[in-house]
Amino acid sequence: MAIETPAKTSAGRWSRGLSGNAGPSRRPRTPRRLWVKIVVTLLLVVEIYPLIWMFLTSLKSNDDYLNNSTWSLPTTWQWGNYSEAWTTGHLGLYVQNSLLAVLPALALMLLLGTAAGFALQIMVWKGRSLTLLVFLAGMMVPPQMILLPLFTVYFQAGLSGTLWPLILTYTGTGLPLTVFMMATYYRTVPRELFEAATIDGAGILRAFWTISVPLVRNALLTVGLVQFFFIWNDLLIALTFTNNQDLRTIQVGLLNFTGDFGATQYGPLFAAICINVFGTLLIYLFLNQKVMKGLTAGAVKG
Amino acid sequence: MHRVLGDRRAIAILLGPALLVYSLIMLVPIVWSLGYSFTKGNTIDGFTGNGVANFSRLFDDPAVHDALWFTLKYAAIVTVGQVVAGYLLALLYVFFLKKSSALIRTLAFFPVVLPTVAVGLLFQKFFQVAPQTGPVNSLLNAVGIESIDFFGSAGSAFWVLIVMDIWRSMGFYAVLLFAGLVDIPDEVLESARLDGASGLRLIRHIVLPLSLPVLMSSLIFSINGTLKVFDSVVALTNGGPGNGTTPLTLYMFQTSFTYSDYGYGSTIALLLTVVCLLVSLVVYRVSQRDLTEG
Repeated sequence: MAIETPAKTSAGRWSRGLSGNAGPSRRPRTPRRLWVKIVVTLLLVVEIYPLIWMFLTSLKSNDDYLNNSTWSLPTTWQWGNYSEAWTTGHLGLYVQNSLLAVLPALALMLLLGTAAGFALQIMVWKGRSLTLLVFLAGMMVPPQMILLPLFTVYFQAGLSGTLWPLILTYTGTGLPLTVFMMATYYRTVPRELFEAATIDGAGILRAFWTISVPLVRNALLTVGLVQFFFIWNDLLIALTFTNNQDLRTIQVGLLNFTGDFGATQYGPLFAAICINVFGTLLIYLFLNQKVMKGLTAGAVKG
Repeated sequence: MHRVLGDRRAIAILLGPALLVYSLIMLVPIVWSLGYSFTKGNTIDGFTGNGVANFSRLFDDPAVHDALWFTLKYAAIVTVGQVVAGYLLALLYVFFLKKSSALIRTLAFFPVVLPTVAVGLLFQKFFQVAPQTGPVNSLLNAVGIESIDFFGSAGSAFWVLIVMDIWRSMGFYAVLLFAGLVDIPDEVLESARLDGASGLRLIRHIVLPLSLPVLMSSLIFSINGTLKVFDSVVALTNGGPGNGTTPLTLYMFQTSFTYSDYGYGSTIALLLTVVCLLVSLVVYRVSQRDLTEG
């Protein structure tokens, strides 16, 4: 990204001149440019309008929602829908459960995955490419294939009724991608660095922790973000292992949201959807370049 | 000089925990699940041997046929839709918006990070007809078309699902394919332009062949994900109406947890896994052949 920045600023000036909005260029408006503008506007409306509609609806009262046009603004702005969703709708509890399941899984996954990535890429031993392949194979298998045995194990170990099944399953299913991505990042770190460090008597384990981990700090953030979105948005695993209402994650809770009020309360329901959406959107707002890079890097694993 | 980097104890300490967790959570359950395929029962009531009965049931079960057909149909349409929509967007970014596309790229990408459950519920309300006419139907009314009960029939519910999943992911594929298009050297495009190629012809004869590798890897990635579709369906239609929009993943889930038949559930999971492997293999083979011919 550091290489991209200077190029972008100069190119930005250049293309602003071409588009003729702010620049001094007096290029006439050609039909082709109009066509591009229409397409881009349409694209933005299609991508963004549903979210605006959702937000406006989240501020309507039930009557307002049911009786007035779907395009209208709220007659009175019901900010109370949000606190209603958070408390009466138990969304606060669900968010807490999600955090309690996601954050430990994320930490565990990154720690184990980084160590394994180091061992597979920097360390030299027979069978490491085969081991990496075994990890990679895990990305192909649908999670349905592991749910039932895990359910049995967690049940017999007395872990059902806690968040441990979620933490463990998220860690295990997230490891293949984490190991693969970390191994890829370690490819850019020269082995000589660790040989030199260990000559001074520092063990390789210490070199891993004090030298290699700071070097891949950026990669850790990227992989962490990608995995955060995967786990936070997960429904299948959460639905399988949260048989208890008090353990629901935000996604499971939202799916069953209507059931918690007597009749459907549309305002709080939309408020709950909004809270869920704007949480991830907020992260994206600040870290979008990293998220885009990470998610697309995670895709090119073939 | 590789002595320190070959330290077996260190390798064990670094790799051991990850390998252990991965084996216990993924590898062992896969084999275990294979074993379940030959049983009947569930965790609470216990399991009894069932021979190959689950497999013969699998071949005769009309619900499995429907779910398999739905899965393949959905995967084919969404994969093609995602990649084509993404490719068109990527072309727009590279050839029309040029360097100023960064903001549009970022905006079009964001639905990817949104929770599928939230998007599913949003689309459900967006396309609904009752209790309140949603935006799509009220738009139809405005141009004189009567409201359509999108979730009343499997056919229309299917298309809402398709639209939703393409909406969600086209920005993602656009960025993925954008990276491939940017890599095409300017000289190649310039010399093709000098030879008189422009517009569609330039894209068809120069750009498309050159971006074939990244298109193929997008296809493989996409099909691998769409065959496993679960969240979108559960949130949007929950498989309905009837089982009209039930993919294999959801049928497996219902069999296992609604009807508590883990044995048969495992058999369906196995079918799903085999389908995923086969389809990936076929797509991979085809892509390899195309690339070597091209």
